[in-house]
Amino acid sequence: MDKNLIREIIAKRVAQELNDGDVVNLGIGLPTAVANYVPDGMEVTFQSENGLIGVGPSPKEGEEIKDLINAGGMPVTTLGGAAFFDSAMSFSIIRGGHVDMTVLGALQVDEKGNLANWIIPGKMVPGMGGAMDLVVGAKKVIVSMEHTAKGKPKIFPLCTLPLTAANQVNLIITEMAVIEVTPDGLLLKEIGPHSTIEDVVANTPAKLILADNIKTMEV
Amino acid sequence: MVKKIIDIADAASKIEDGMTIMVGGFLGNGTPHTIIDAIVKRGVKDLTIISNDTGIKDSGVGRFIYNNMVKKVITSHIGTNPETGKQMNEKKIDVELVPQGTLAERIRSGGAGLGGVLTPTGLGTIVAEGKQIVEVDGKQFILEKPLKADLAILLGHTVDTKGNIIYSNTARNFNPLMATAADTVIVEAENIVEVGSINPNEVVTPRIFVDYIVGSDYNG
Repeated sequence: MDKNLIREIIAKRVAQELNDGDVVNLGIGLPTAVANYVPDGMEVTFQSENGLIGVGPSPKEGEEIKDLINAGGMPVTTLGGAAFFDSAMSFSIIRGGHVDMTVLGALQVDEKGNLANWIIPGKMVPGMGGAMDLVVGAKKVIVSMEHTAKGKPKIFPLCTLPLTAANQVNLIITEMAVIEVTPDGLLLKEIGPHSTIEDVVANTPAKLILADNIKTMEV
Repeated sequence: MVKKIIDIADAASKIEDGMTIMVGGFLGNGTPHTIIDAIVKRGVKDLTIISNDTGIKDSGVGRFIYNNMVKKVITSHIGTNPETGKQMNEKKIDVELVPQGTLAERIRSGGAGLGGVLTPTGLGTIVAEGKQIVEVDGKQFILEKPLKADLAILLGHTVDTKGNIIYSNTARNFNPLMATAADTVIVEAENIVEVGSINPNEVVTPRIFVDYIVGSDYNG
């Protein structure tokens, strides 16, 4: 499947999880695209952990505003009612349970809702940035990612990489599936518009509980 | 009364080998680039750097690492500067990775005279290894210890001649926290104004935290 199509499917499906009035933090990369699909008539406040609520769209080239970036270092704009604050306040918002939803990528995620996304020992050590605080503090944690990385699966019975946080993931959204983390394990609730249940199961080493009425994503 | 406004060479002369330095900024935004350039020019070594990230290659905080001036860095993210990872793998520098919110609170508690903070962030991960776990009302927390520094270098947008600071947009980030947690604080000011021209209601960092002010050579 075309990369852009994959990203579009995932971002559109994640956007369906938004609720009017939510405060939302979007991770760097793929999750950022969710902001493009906020349903009409809904007010969602985006937070950026470098110290901003009320993040607006990217500025046009040449219209960047001085000292106005998101946590990925990219130029952004502000919407009406925006506010700036320091990093302690920013993480009071995050850790204190004032963020309704966070959307992050993953290297691995597992049946217990464990997430690994900050280090591959000996290979890649970017650091956790704000991810550990976000995953612990946000009321709802959505992992949004391509279902496989270059054909290799990412959803396992148990993560083997060092964790970002234990038991914090609520929902996994990929181009192939919507999977809820439940106390009984991973519940397959929806499949992607270009996938079958068999595809999902074949690409998911973790045990999947099949919901009674598995739907096809409406994206 | 000590004169707070000093020239950049004077500011750089306050840095010595082996110092622990907090550096404001987030991916270069809110980073005191003029002061960093002057310290690099002076050429000290064995620094311990505390900053959100390690910048980008030979820019911002990254300049200290790129120029082999650092023995240890305490930070939340090194992914934007491959040089940090390279020197870490070569065992030239020690990297202590700290969750960003924990880094903020460790600095805040250092400046606030606290014995650290209790945070749930990092429980069940390698961040918790070797640290005291404290139970409060049935919930577990990691005890994270305070951070202090010999020197903090900050970027302010509007600074009055007594040192009151207003920041610009997202350039605030770690700057106000670091202002409280170091023995000596130098702010690089994009605009220096007379006392009285800042509304006291708008001051973010009160002047008592600021020891020295230098003018900024950077624009943007």
